[in-house]
Amino acid sequence: MQFLAAVAAYPFLQHALLAGVLAGIACGVMGSYVVVRRITYIAGAIAHCVLAGLGAARYLQVVHGWPIHAGQGAIVAAVASALIIGMVSLRAREREDTVIGAVWAIGMAIGILFIAVTPGYHEDLMSYLFGNILLIGRGDLWMMAALDAVVVVLGLGLYPQLEAVSFDEEFAKLRGIRVELYVLVLLVLVALTVVLLVSVVGVVLVIALLTLPAAIAGQFTTTLRGMMAAASLLAVGFTTAGLALSYAPDLPAGATTIVLAGVAYLAVLAVKALLARGRNRTTSQPQL
Amino acid sequence: MGAPDVIEIDELSFRFNGGPPVLENVSLRVQAGDFASVIGPNGGGKTTLVKLMLGLYAPTTGRVRVLGLPPEKARPRIGYMPQHAMMDPRFPARALDVVLMGRLGRGIRIATYGAGDRRAAAAALDRVGLAADRGRPFSDLSGGQRQRVLLARALVTEPELLLLDEPAANLDQKVEQDFFDLLKELNRHLTIVLVSHDLGFVAGFVRTVICVHRRVDVHPTSSLDGRMISEVYGGEVRMVRHDHRLDE
Repeated sequence: MQFLAAVAAYPFLQHALLAGVLAGIACGVMGSYVVVRRITYIAGAIAHCVLAGLGAARYLQVVHGWPIHAGQGAIVAAVASALIIGMVSLRAREREDTVIGAVWAIGMAIGILFIAVTPGYHEDLMSYLFGNILLIGRGDLWMMAALDAVVVVLGLGLYPQLEAVSFDEEFAKLRGIRVELYVLVLLVLVALTVVLLVSVVGVVLVIALLTLPAAIAGQFTTTLRGMMAAASLLAVGFTTAGLALSYAPDLPAGATTIVLAGVAYLAVLAVKALLARGRNRTTSQPQL
Repeated sequence: MGAPDVIEIDELSFRFNGGPPVLENVSLRVQAGDFASVIGPNGGGKTTLVKLMLGLYAPTTGRVRVLGLPPEKARPRIGYMPQHAMMDPRFPARALDVVLMGRLGRGIRIATYGAGDRRAAAAALDRVGLAADRGRPFSDLSGGQRQRVLLARALVTEPELLLLDEPAANLDQKVEQDFFDLLKELNRHLTIVLVSHDLGFVAGFVRTVICVHRRVDVHPTSSLDGRMISEVYGGEVRMVRHDHRLDE
């Protein structure tokens, strides 16, 4: 109740709620692709490269006076890392997981270096790493809305192709689909979604918000499209609930959101396991 | 000169990046209307031969033509069915969704498939005997049913050549029998090439046997005998006749 009154009173909470909704929608669509294509690790590497973009943008802004927004740095870094990982996994003969791990750590290290040489702004590091949804301003919301539109329009518009490439890449290729192009498009859309989520939960917690709603949705849905719809609802629910629960005790909203999503996921798995055991017991009644 | 052979391979050899030869000096023909089986021991080069036919690998030397064309150009006319065990069984899709994927390659599909695609996919499922199961999740289907769904996905491309990789793997005998009865029916209109590690059913169904063990020999089924089989598999193999029918 205290939260509802606060939402009515403070624009920063209204912005935060809206940001959660925008991020949640893209999160449900792209998180489902990430889960079924099993590229959680790639999403994690992209997320940590975002730190390099945020740090570099901040450095250029503060030290050299460039008119650049941290979010623009995040987009450039996310898309660049997505393309690098995509090219490597499609073309190079290197071990893919090694390359992903390297990109992950190097991106983060570059970010930390930029933040270290930027005077004054060290408190930014915490909000980059763990998010601060309460700092989202009106201008940020417009950028988030634009990113959301791009991700949702392309993610759903190319659905048949992206679904086929995710299910069976070889067959898609034999049908004349440009598999490499679609894989890169998919990774770039994941990268833009990561940028959206970083402003909500921060670099470190992105993977959880991207995958947990989709993983829960996958337990109940029979189509990829259904999974996306359910995952979007869940993601919006988690960010909203995380914000509401964290407000009164003044906890970090991003971490609260992730703990909620994690608990929900484990609870769903536990209930499913119990139901399965119950069913086995009834079907295998003692045959005396 | 009539129509070109469906598959023509001349003097082909293949190796991976300077490794030892996987296939050597292979020449073979598969004629229109044939039902050919590619057999041989594991690691003998069967799957490699199929990937060469699909243009997924390029021959180190020699030449492959499918339907008179380079394999990449012939792909739209080839219905390919991989092993169902290669698919992620937990992928969220219904039987119909999987079959619809076979309709791609006729231009981009925006957001969803059209009514024509759905009709064709439903008809293909009907053809493989799964009309009633179109709404069931792929993950709930048995191995034999999944194999049929993938066959329907190959059929919905309206192919002239069906290329099947290990269709009998992990199927029980009754299901396998039904599956091959279905293929026999399809063979009235289609050329079929199937890969198998298992000689069991081969003699009962197919007309031509392509034995792959680095080199390739082609035999009409009627000439299959124990001596040839032990040459391929390199050991004592007992010939078991499989021309009985379960329902007779």
